[in-house]
Amino acid sequence: MPVHQLLFWILTVMALSCALGVILSRNPVNSVLFLILTFFAVSGHYLLLNAQFLAVVNIIVYAGAIMVLFLFVIMLMNLNSDTEPQKSWLVQLAGVVSSGILFLVLIAAVSRASGMMPLDTKATDIGLIKNLGLVLFNDFVLPFEISSVLFLSAMIGAMVIGKKEEPVKQ
Amino acid sequence: MPTQYYLFLSLALFCIGIMGVLMRRNAIIVFMSIELMLNAVNLLLVAFSKMYNQADAQIFVFFIMVVAAAEVAIGLAIIVMMFRKVHSVDINILNRLKN
Repeated sequence: MPVHQLLFWILTVMALSCALGVILSRNPVNSVLFLILTFFAVSGHYLLLNAQFLAVVNIIVYAGAIMVLFLFVIMLMNLNSDTEPQKSWLVQLAGVVSSGILFLVLIAAVSRASGMMPLDTKATDIGLIKNLGLVLFNDFVLPFEISSVLFLSAMIGAMVIGKKEEPVKQ
Repeated sequence: MPTQYYLFLSLALFCIGIMGVLMRRNAIIVFMSIELMLNAVNLLLVAFSKMYNQADAQIFVFFIMVVAAAEVAIGLAIIVMMFRKVHSVDINILNRLKN
């Protein structure tokens, strides 16, 4: 088995088992740690697919920033497995069955899709910063600027929502 | 390496995310399952970008990350505000928006 394929299977098993750990572990802190491991596995897949810039951004933004925010909120609320609310087993079974059925339907729908070319393992440079920057600032300038407005409004919104409410003066 | 492998992997990750949304009552875990689904879509876009040897899909992944970061900031602010009011992150309590 070539090393590329071996890495693919190792990362796949890691991603799927850690994703199951996210939704099955009782303690929310463990869920966050499993999700960070899942993001590392997905970043490994990005490296295998020659998307080096996205692999680094995935680790910095998701595993570095977003997950630290989650961990911070969970520790702020002092959540642990004792206070964890549980759904009844019937609802949980319904969730597993319906998502499994959705998985089967999607697999059946896409497994015979035509036009799928096999991926070559040859290295390309489309995922490097130089190439991505050229595409981003030539073809996607307007979405880039709009996303800056989105960030500004998200920042203001988070501050307005998180502000302590003043008691209403009569 | 066939592209279908990446397709099936990303479908499996997406369905695990849906399972998490349907199974858990903790609002933060539901949020993390949504992140899992977004990541599954990102992986599929990168695989197709490799298949067609074009960089556009990777730019889309970049924008999805931007939207996910903004979404998490707002969502966690809402959850923290709710926790201050009702001292719980149970979505069965959060479905009553009034009171």
